[in-house]
Amino acid sequence: MWAYILRRVLATIPVMAVVALFVFSLLYLAPGDPAAVIAGDQATPDDVERIRASLGLDRPYLVRFGAWVGDIMSGDLGTSIFTNLPVSTMIAQRVEPTLSLCLLTLVLAVSIAVPMGVVAAWKQGTLVDRAVMGFAVLGFSVPVFVVGYLLAYVFALELDWLPVQGYTPFREGFFPWLENLILPSIALGGVYIALIARITRATMLEVLGQDYIRTARAKGANQAGILFVHALKNAAVPIVTVIGIGLALLIGGAVVTESVFAIPGLGRLTVDAILRRDYPVIQGVVLLFSFVYVLVNLLIDLLYTLFDPRIRY
Amino acid sequence: MDRRAFLLAASTATLAAPRLGHGQAARPLRFVPQANLTSLDPIWTTANVTRNHGFMVYDTLYGMDAQFRPQPQMASGHAVSDDRLTITITLRDGLKWHDGEAVRAADCVASIGRWMKRNPSGQQLERALEEVSATDDRTVRFRLKKPFPLLFHALASPVNPVAFMMPERIARTDPFQQIRETIGSGPFRFVPREFNSGSLVVYERNPDYVPNPTGTSSFTAGPKRANLERVEWHIIVDASTAAGALQTGEIDWYEQPPPEIQQMLRRNRNVALDAIDPLPLSGILRFNHLHAPFNDKRVRQAFLPAINQADFMQAIVGTDASLYDAQAGIFTPGTPLANDEGLAPLRGPRSIDAARAALRDAGYANQPMRLIGPTDILAPAAMTQVCADLLRRLGVNADIAITDWGTVVQRRASREPIERGGWSMLLTSFSSTDFMDPAGHFPLRGNGLNSWPGWPTIPRLEELRDAWFDAPDLAAQQSLAREMQRVAMDEVPFIPVGAYRSVTAHRRNLADRVPGFAIFWNLRRT
Repeated sequence: MWAYILRRVLATIPVMAVVALFVFSLLYLAPGDPAAVIAGDQATPDDVERIRASLGLDRPYLVRFGAWVGDIMSGDLGTSIFTNLPVSTMIAQRVEPTLSLCLLTLVLAVSIAVPMGVVAAWKQGTLVDRAVMGFAVLGFSVPVFVVGYLLAYVFALELDWLPVQGYTPFREGFFPWLENLILPSIALGGVYIALIARITRATMLEVLGQDYIRTARAKGANQAGILFVHALKNAAVPIVTVIGIGLALLIGGAVVTESVFAIPGLGRLTVDAILRRDYPVIQGVVLLFSFVYVLVNLLIDLLYTLFDPRIRY
Repeated sequence: MDRRAFLLAASTATLAAPRLGHGQAARPLRFVPQANLTSLDPIWTTANVTRNHGFMVYDTLYGMDAQFRPQPQMASGHAVSDDRLTITITLRDGLKWHDGEAVRAADCVASIGRWMKRNPSGQQLERALEEVSATDDRTVRFRLKKPFPLLFHALASPVNPVAFMMPERIARTDPFQQIRETIGSGPFRFVPREFNSGSLVVYERNPDYVPNPTGTSSFTAGPKRANLERVEWHIIVDASTAAGALQTGEIDWYEQPPPEIQQMLRRNRNVALDAIDPLPLSGILRFNHLHAPFNDKRVRQAFLPAINQADFMQAIVGTDASLYDAQAGIFTPGTPLANDEGLAPLRGPRSIDAARAALRDAGYANQPMRLIGPTDILAPAAMTQVCADLLRRLGVNADIAITDWGTVVQRRASREPIERGGWSMLLTSFSSTDFMDPAGHFPLRGNGLNSWPGWPTIPRLEELRDAWFDAPDLAAQQSLAREMQRVAMDEVPFIPVGAYRSVTAHRRNLADRVPGFAIFWNLRRT
């Protein structure tokens, strides 16, 4: 097992290298000139050129790529062209809000979607099943920002129960932290709940038709035990896979959610950096995201062994 | 009990807490700026949001009053020699930097030196300058090669980059590199430990700030009183979210709500809307003079009968006529140099047919042209859409290339012909102070490849600009401004497409806001 983990961790290195090369090349080819943005309207072409040179943007592709890789190897993600702050500092400032949003959404989604899927499978063909599947269709169809605006309108503007926007760090208290994250998590969680609920239902339907479930019923096991102990554990592998894949969805959705609820997270940082052509920030954030994806995939692979003892690495 | 009632009850329970002794001033003022504050160096970048940050933190030797007259600010006064070649400025007593050090004339000399490299008026001043030096800790001396009547005007001008004073060690930074410390002597101190670009910028009242004891407060001149203990800039990119936060009182001031949001905010009795600047911003249609078809002035002139300024302005601010001016010339309406010389082609009945005929007479033979514009900046995006429609109605061979602003900025710098990625036309807007006079009026330059994108070569405009810098008084400046407008309307380096007022929204309990831009001194809660 440990050898497997080590192998997988080492395998992230070439993956990250390919991502780095791809991102750097893409940004190199993309239109946009941060020097022109910085210099402003009254700048002469010479001024723009001086700024470009001072930022090192006039150097050839390979020289810039080599310098960037060299910095990364020494643990330096570079400095933002615009803010003059280290990229690592900017990322560190933004990790907590995004992590909080994603974790709360994940907890919320799993704790709602899995029981929903189980119950829908149990009550297959009934009104409950149709209601759950109807909700799933809605969750897939309504964009995150629409849900976000609706929630903010009802619960913040009309009822005045929750704030419209912002983020309170966890260190300032659990409830202030939660107060700011409830609406964004619900908005972001909609599509995730729909996805997990559907997969749970489909997998549970398959498992509930198995012989050992019939045997459990024949032995007089109670319904809840059958559903949540015998069946759910055996349906867990595909569900966990979907939860992992869904994380990509979550991070994508976080960009929109962070904008709608003014949460100072990594999603907003990425979009702002792209619009400004702040190359070091874009490169740093994309590298971080790809690392997280690789890590999540590893974690999911390891979780399989927990749910299915037949899987061994 | 709603959340606010609960919080109110909870705060009442802690009435004895000493922090409440600060009263209203202790509550932070929460403000949503027009854009994210990405750079903290107001000399290095020309973003208006950084200029506004600059006015929080830094002070200027001279301020500009609402009548556009320079007034001493950090200066207590000045002396001008009889031959007007030596000007001595004396600093006020008791000025201190935010780190507690005294402001010295040497700091100001270094600051002026850095500013001169980047500001158009500063560059003009540098050409006329023999030397600027500190003769002692309180005296700055300019020795000139020739008189420079606009010296005080240049030092007071709110046009980017503004002549902000910084400590010498910071001001010695290369003007093309960013400064690494934010230490000023202005009414508010920047709090670096709380700075989170894209989210939060925090300022605290500068307890050592001594407001100018003379004059009356007016625009950037006169006494600046910091009535707020703490000001927070919250970056909220989504207009609906910012508007919602303003309505619930989570924020106090939203600098630039877009028109569709303004309608909603007007219905809230706790929110007031007014023009942030009594003067309007100006929109322009810029031509690329390097390539066909707009390298022919007859083709540029042919567009004039088709331009209906109201169309362009309504696309930005809606149909409320009090928010726009559809008779605008090349200078900001309402400022001393605004005039109506040569504007006849933009007034009177508008006619697409007349424009088509003029294009034919100019020899336009369906050559391709490309309009570039953004999607993500309100005014240029709206004006570009109107222009795109106009091009269709004119029946010209136009390619409309709409991208994000970052791409537009890069693309407009391209001098290539359109078959190699170049451009023919673009629309953008400038703030009231940019078009107030020829100093910062970049589209009015005629210095060819060194001028603003579009690169017109119009030597007469350059002569008139130089003459304006040397003009002895306002009457002479106004006369030159009339001639500049006549030349501009004939050569058509750009077409003015109107002027519009930017509206700001704030809670009704904010009072004494200084008109102009987002200014926080004198502002208070009632």
